[in-house]
Order: sequence, then C-alpha cells, then structure tokens
Amino acid sequence: MSRLDELDRKLLNRLQDDLLTDHRPFLPLAEELGLDEETLLERVKHLLETGVLTRFGPFFDAAAMGGAFCLCAIAVPPDRFEEVTEIVNAHVEVAHNYERTHQLNMWFVLATQTPDGIGTAADSIERETGLTVYRFPKTQEFFVGFRVVA
Amino acid sequence: MRMDPVDQEIVRALQAGLPLVPAPYAQIAGKLGLTEVELVERLNSMKSSGVIRRIAAAPNHYKLGMTSNGMTVWDIEDSRIAELGGVVGALPFVTHAYERPRALPIWPYNLFAMVHGSSDEEVEEKRAHIAGILGSACRAGDILYSKRILKKTGLRLRNKK
Repeated sequence: MSRLDELDRKLLNRLQDDLLTDHRPFLPLAEELGLDEETLLERVKHLLETGVLTRFGPFFDAAAMGGAFCLCAIAVPPDRFEEVTEIVNAHVEVAHNYERTHQLNMWFVLATQTPDGIGTAADSIERETGLTVYRFPKTQEFFVGFRVVA
Repeated sequence: MRMDPVDQEIVRALQAGLPLVPAPYAQIAGKLGLTEVELVERLNSMKSSGVIRRIAAAPNHYKLGMTSNGMTVWDIEDSRIAELGGVVGALPFVTHAYERPRALPIWPYNLFAMVHGSSDEEVEEKRAHIAGILGSACRAGDILYSKRILKKTGLRLRNKK
C-alpha cells in the first residue's frame, strides 16, 4: 500500500468528482485545497507516476457511442477450465475475464461496436465450447457509488 | 448520440487522459484545430448524452490497499429493485451496482453490487451491512470472489512501470 499524506487523500477523493469544463478547471480545486495550480498539478502527476491513479481524464461510455457491453458467465467443468479459457480469450470481443467462486465459475465481459455483436460473439463461444453462455446485460445501473474513499 | 468525425477525434485525443496543464481544453483544442469554446461545447454535449460519464481520476484499488473484491449478488423483489438498488449503489464501499436479468434455475439473482475492501473479512462485513439494508425484500444472496484474472485487455489501462 502506498503512503499517502493527508493532502493526497483529500486530493484523491476530490479528483473522483467530475471536473469542470472551464478554461482553468483545476483552479477552484487548488483554491479549495489551499494550493497553487502548479503544485496541485504536480501532485496529480505524482499520483499517476506512482500508480495510485491509473488515469485522469474523461470516462467514455462505449454503449452511449453506439456499441454494447454484456456480462456473461459459463459453468465450466473443472477439468476443461484451461481449454475453455483459451477458447474464450481468443475472442477479441472479450474485454476481461475472471475466474470466480461459483458453479458459474467463468465471468467475462463482451464489448462490441454494435449491439448485434454481443449475440454473435456469445453464440460462437457456445458453438466452440459446447457450453451455455449465460448473458447478463444490465437492465439498469445504479450510478452513485463509483468513488473509492481514500 | 451520433458521433461525427470531430467527436471521434476528440475521443481519440482524450483516451489516454487529460493533459495536466492549467488550461487543458485549450491545449487539446489547439492540437485538433478547434477553438476552446467549440471543444468545450462538444464535451458538454457528450456529457449530457452520457458518452462522457465524468472527467475524473481512476484510482488503483490495489495501491489503496483494497486487495479483496467480491461480487455480491442478491435476489430482490422486482417491485423494490429500483429503490433498493439506488440505496445499495449509494453506499461508499460499493463501486458498481446493476440490475441484471436472472437465469433460472442456476442464477436467481437480479442485483449485482461490487464491494472492495482490504481483506475478505472486511468484504464480508460490508456484505452483511448490505443484507441488513435489504431485509425481507431479499430472498437470497451470494458472493463471488475473483480467484484469478484470466484476461484484461479491453479497458484503457496504462502499462505497468
């Protein structure tokens, strides 16, 4: 765990709020924390360089741009786990894939450029593995809790 | 939202992140041959249409000591899902919360809430806290810990240094 001072913690919490689209968007933040803009920006760079932040910028939603995402799961027989992992991971539409503790033990996200792409990719994984691909597209998202409190 | 080629250029220019300079929008606008006002107008309309969720930091959970993550799942009465999902999603330790379809009989759960903590014990405590909030509207629940990352390429990740 990285050592963060009080200021880093405050900054980290505030940086998870939506930044303004003003000419000098960091200025109100700097004033609030009692820093000048330059010091604030140096601190943010430091958090990025040390890996405390993975990124600072817009969060884009591919679905709102016309693409689609779908969470999927497979109940993989334990003796076929490595083979099925290879088949699933070979699909470029698979953005990430986790082994989890459940009868449904493989959970992956399909990300495609069009909504139709989800069904096509899931169907072909079913054909190649002979296993059911359960599909869990989001019905609704509850937005509020995205932040991590440092 | 219909993204025209200029919007797509903007997405491409900002995918890696916002420049950490006092006037970042002016700098990006300059690179794309736009005025700052035009860029900001386009960014604002992407925000209002949901193409941009927010402009903010993505923290690294592991670096913050959040080494345990569990996908908690719940079977909630359909008539209460909107209300209770909102309450669970607002908890400070829940990073994502979704309503998703059930797949009976193997999967009776319709609420998914991702919980992070510094240990499995802490995640269990948080899960118990959620169970308390859901009360009798919840018929069953489970937690799926991640055992192994099998693939992770799709999202905008920085190379590890």
